[in-house]
Amino acid sequence: MLDTQKIRSDFPILKRKINGKLLIYLDSTASSLKPQLVLSAMDEYYTKFGVNIFRGLYKLSQEATEAYEEARQKVASFIGSQTPKEVIFVRNTTEAVNLVATAWGMANIDKQSEIICTVMEHHSNFLPWQQLAKNKGARIKYLDIDQDGKLKTQNSKLNGIVTRKTKLIALTHVSNVLGTINPIREISQAVKKINPDCLVFVDAAQSVPHLPIDVCDLGCDFLAFSGHKMLGPVGIGVLWGKKKPLDEMPPYQYGGEMIKDVFLEQTTFAESPAKFEAGTPNIAGAIGLGAAVSYLQKVGMENVRKHELLLTDYALKQLGKIANLTVYGPKKAEERGGVIAFNVSGIHPHDLAQILDEDNLCLRSGQHCAMPLHQRLGISASCRVSFYVYNTGEEIDKLIKGIKKAQKIFKV
Amino acid sequence: MNLYKDRILDHYRKPRNFGRIVKPDASYEQENSFCGDRIGMEIKLLTHNPKLITLGEIKFWGEGCAISQASASMLTEKVKGKSLGEIKKLGKEDILSMLGIELSPARLKCALLPLEVLQKLITLL
Repeated sequence: MLDTQKIRSDFPILKRKINGKLLIYLDSTASSLKPQLVLSAMDEYYTKFGVNIFRGLYKLSQEATEAYEEARQKVASFIGSQTPKEVIFVRNTTEAVNLVATAWGMANIDKQSEIICTVMEHHSNFLPWQQLAKNKGARIKYLDIDQDGKLKTQNSKLNGIVTRKTKLIALTHVSNVLGTINPIREISQAVKKINPDCLVFVDAAQSVPHLPIDVCDLGCDFLAFSGHKMLGPVGIGVLWGKKKPLDEMPPYQYGGEMIKDVFLEQTTFAESPAKFEAGTPNIAGAIGLGAAVSYLQKVGMENVRKHELLLTDYALKQLGKIANLTVYGPKKAEERGGVIAFNVSGIHPHDLAQILDEDNLCLRSGQHCAMPLHQRLGISASCRVSFYVYNTGEEIDKLIKGIKKAQKIFKV
Repeated sequence: MNLYKDRILDHYRKPRNFGRIVKPDASYEQENSFCGDRIGMEIKLLTHNPKLITLGEIKFWGEGCAISQASASMLTEKVKGKSLGEIKKLGKEDILSMLGIELSPARLKCALLPLEVLQKLITLL
């Protein structure tokens, strides 16, 4: 297990007390806490060289440009990208999905096209494709889940659903509700075998922060994630794309440094990543994300995964002992990320979350931006806990105690 | 802050006026997409005095948290026999004092859902 005591001391917010009690933060799937290192990196940008990038020939602007591009390089090596040119800074995962759905989708999708999505998607990796299909008159198909909350991706299933008409499959790496880790490499291979032209888009918002990732190994064409879920600041995210589709895609937004030459009659555009980064970007955010990457690399992503695996295994066992509690998703910890959604019969998730809040237990209740999945599971809402490097076994014990307290209040 | 006072839990577990009306004058159902709470309501009017149309019967159904369900249960008790004009005037403060608890903005939506449903319902008449 990680030295959580040492790690926790890096997070200023964990020193904060509410009603005299410390926070128990179990909602890192929604947004993670931020270490001092990240806060200091952004503070340093604003304090020492808080100016625009690319445009200035003076020292300050050069320093800012270097720091911004250094962050891009850090992100590239963190996810195994062969070149930083394939790393595009965006606001968040949602914007990354919208970028591809708009820029690539508008140029490549027509009435004959098919797009594949899954029932376990977060709305962000579902709505842009649904709307694209709607606007273009294309067909969108969905991969279903089995009893265990795992995607039905056996070859026979994929063979039936992926066709020569399929232009893209968009799926999450780790479900933000079920925790299911989807076998992206196997799916990519299987999909490309049936249709080599079908692109694979991976929503990695819940995997890049928690698992060692190598985009080349995954065999996908696009991968998207957010900074704020991986110890970084809000307002910065990444779209990684293979060079070929990026080269072929038109820009997403126009203006700023995304040009090569502009004439009154016509314009030629810069290459990726500049082509997709119109306007002044979130410079401090990128620098903060670079610092978050450094922090995670120091901890080691293998260690992050091991730590979460231990916590998830322990939590599944403890939750399993509570009467009338249902956990959704795969039963084995090794098949899931550090996120567990559950329901306690007789207590609405909002009521449970509210009672747990009395003891500063921060967790999510509702549909977690995955309404189709909740409908598929036949539930109106659920409670969700999620873990990260700063969480401990004692916090899980407090969660269990809190759930029992709620059962007592509700007499269930 | 303890939201789960006995009175709230009592209404949650034993909701008053829960069910459906045979041949209602109006019926409406709404969902709070934030949490999946769902409330439906039906009313039957007392129409013998055309100048003062009042609520005769009111029933609700649905599913959701203790706050939304208790709020619906208490509201249906509160408005029975009231005129439509009086119901239109009901607002956030009336619901809060009826429940007797303080609520965060997110939970306020749960508490106000039944009132929203009722007020929408009477516009359908």
